[in-house]
Amino acid sequence: MANWIDACAAEDIDEEDVIRFDYDGRTFAIYRSPDNVYFCTDGLCTHEQIHLADGLVMDHTIECPKHNGQFDYRTGKAMRAPVCVNLGTYATKVEGDRVLIEI
Amino acid sequence: MSGIVILGGGECGSRAAFSARDQGYSGPITIVDEETGLPYERPPLSKPDAQGIIRKPICSADMLRDKAITLLDGLQAISLDREVRCVTLSTGVKLGYDKLLFATGASARQLTCDGGERALSLRTVHDAARIYDIAQPGTKVVIVGAGLIGLELAAVLVARGVDVSVLEYAPVALGRNVPRPLAQRIVDRHVSEGSHIFCGVEVDSITAGHVVLADGRMLAANLVVAAIGVAPRTGLAAVAGLAIENGVCVNDNLCTDDPHVFAAGDCASVQRGGIRQRFETWQNAQIQGDIAGRNMAGGQHAFDGPVWFWSDQFDLGLQGVGQTNGAVFATRKVDNDAEVLFYVNEASQLVGAVGLGRGNAIAKDIKLAQKLIEAGVSIVAEHLNDPDINLKTLLKPATTA
Ligand SMILES: Cc1cc2nc3c(=O)[nH]c(=O)nc-3n(C[C@H](O)[C@H](O)[C@H](O)COP(=O)(O)OP(=O)(O)OC[C@H]3O[C@@H](n4cnc5c(N)ncnc54)[C@H](O)[C@@H]3O)c2cc1C
Repeated sequence: MANWIDACAAEDIDEEDVIRFDYDGRTFAIYRSPDNVYFCTDGLCTHEQIHLADGLVMDHTIECPKHNGQFDYRTGKAMRAPVCVNLGTYATKVEGDRVLIEI
Repeated sequence: MSGIVILGGGECGSRAAFSARDQGYSGPITIVDEETGLPYERPPLSKPDAQGIIRKPICSADMLRDKAITLLDGLQAISLDREVRCVTLSTGVKLGYDKLLFATGASARQLTCDGGERALSLRTVHDAARIYDIAQPGTKVVIVGAGLIGLELAAVLVARGVDVSVLEYAPVALGRNVPRPLAQRIVDRHVSEGSHIFCGVEVDSITAGHVVLADGRMLAANLVVAAIGVAPRTGLAAVAGLAIENGVCVNDNLCTDDPHVFAAGDCASVQRGGIRQRFETWQNAQIQGDIAGRNMAGGQHAFDGPVWFWSDQFDLGLQGVGQTNGAVFATRKVDNDAEVLFYVNEASQLVGAVGLGRGNAIAKDIKLAQKLIEAGVSIVAEHLNDPDINLKTLLKPATTA
C-alpha cells in the first residue's frame, strides 16, 4: 500500500547532493541529481552502517564517507568494494516545493 | 596445477583474487593463509562495533565458491622455487603457479627490552580477543606506542573503564603521520577522557606486573600491549632471491623483477619520489590488490593514485589522502570543530589533505581533495580556506576542460 511521506523541501537539498531523513525509527538518504531528479535510498551503508548523508554525491553515485564503497543511488546497486550488498530504494515525487517518498 | 596463487588472504590477497576473476581470468585461483577461517578486516580489531564485534569477514564462503576461488586457510607457505614455479606449504603440499602474489602483509614489531615478550600485540583477531579478554573494567593496561593503532586501542579501553597509560618514545604522540595541530587535538581528547599519555619516555623492562621506565619510574600493568609499528613480511621473498628494500620491491604494475611474481599491500614497496615507499593502509591494500589481481590476469594497470587512510579516536574521525608533510598551504574550518589542512607542490597542485572532525564531518572534503589531487588541479589558498566554496566547483572546470 502506497504510503507517501512528506520528507523535505525541494530546496533543502543542493544540486548533486544528499541529506538525511529520519522517519518512524528508520533512516533514509534523499538525493538531488545533477539533472534535478530526486531519489531516496536506505540511509546506512551496507558495509558498516555508516550514514550515507555525509558521503559525496558525484553524478549518479554516492560514495560512503568512511570506506569508499559506492552505490548508484538511482537503483541502489553496489558498485565498488568493500560494499557488495545493494541499498534499498524508495520512489519519490515532487509536489509543489515538497519532496515525498514512498515507504 | 598451475594458475594464480596468492600468499596471504588479508584485504589485499582476497581483493586480488576477486579482481583477477573480474578481469576474466578463467584458470584456478588459490589463496593460502596461515590464519584460519574466512578472510577478515583488521581495522575493526581496534574499533569494535556497538556489539563488541571485531571479526568482520571480507567475503563469504559462497562468494568464494561463486567465483571458484580456493581458500587454503590454516596453512603457511614455507618455500618458493621460482625456477619450477612452485610454492611448498607447511603440510608439504606443493602448489605450481603461473602467477604468484605476495600479499603477506606485515607483522607487529616486538619490544626488544627485557621482558618484551610479555607484551601482546594487536594484529590478528586472536590478538584482539586476548587483549579484550584481559582488559576488563578496572584493570590497568599499558600501551607502548602512541601511534594511530595504540591510541585507537586506548580509546576503546578507556571507554570500557580500563585504566590506560600510553608510553611514547618520541617527544610527541602521532608524530609519524598526523600534522601537529590535529595530533594535539587527538591527544587532548584522550587526556580529557582519562588516558595517561607519557611522551619522551623509554621502556627499560617489563616484569610480571609492571613496566619499568628508563628513568626508574614504575607503572603497574595487568597487561602490556606493544603498538610500535609493523614490519613487512618479506622472509620468503628474500630467500627466493627477490629484491627487498622496505618491502618486496615492485614496479608500478606491482610486478617484481620476476614476471611471474607480484607483490602488493603492506608487504610491497613502490618507487615514489625517489624512494621505496610502503603504505600500511587498508585502502592501499585494497587498491594494490585490485591492480595486482588484474595484472596477473593479463591487465596492464599502474598504481599511481594518492593513498587514503582513516582512523577513529572516540567520536573523532581522522582522514588523510596523499602527501601530508611539509608546510600547510591552506586550512579549511569545515565547522566549529572540524578542519582540513591542505598541501601543495611547487606548481600549486594539490598533493595532500588531512582532516579531523566529529564523525564524518570532513569526509566529503577529503574525498574531493583526492579527486583534485588525481585531476592535478592548480589551486589558490583562498578557495580552500573558504568553507562556503564547495570544493566540487574547483574540480568541475578541470574535468570538463
Ligand atoms: C588493529 C589494526 C587497525 C587498523 N586500522 C586501520 C585503519 O583504521 N585505517 C587504515 O587505513 N588501516 C588500518 N589498518 C591497516 C590495515 O588493516 C592494513 O594496511 C591491511 O590489513 C593490509 O592488508 P594486507 O592484505 O596487505 O596484509 P595483512 O592484512 O597483514 O594480511 C596478510 C596475510 O598474509 C598471511 N601470511 C603472511 N605470510 C604468510 C605465509 N608465509 N603463508 C601463509 N600466509 C601468510 C597473514 O596470516 C595475513 O593474514 C589497521 C591494522 C590493524 C592491525
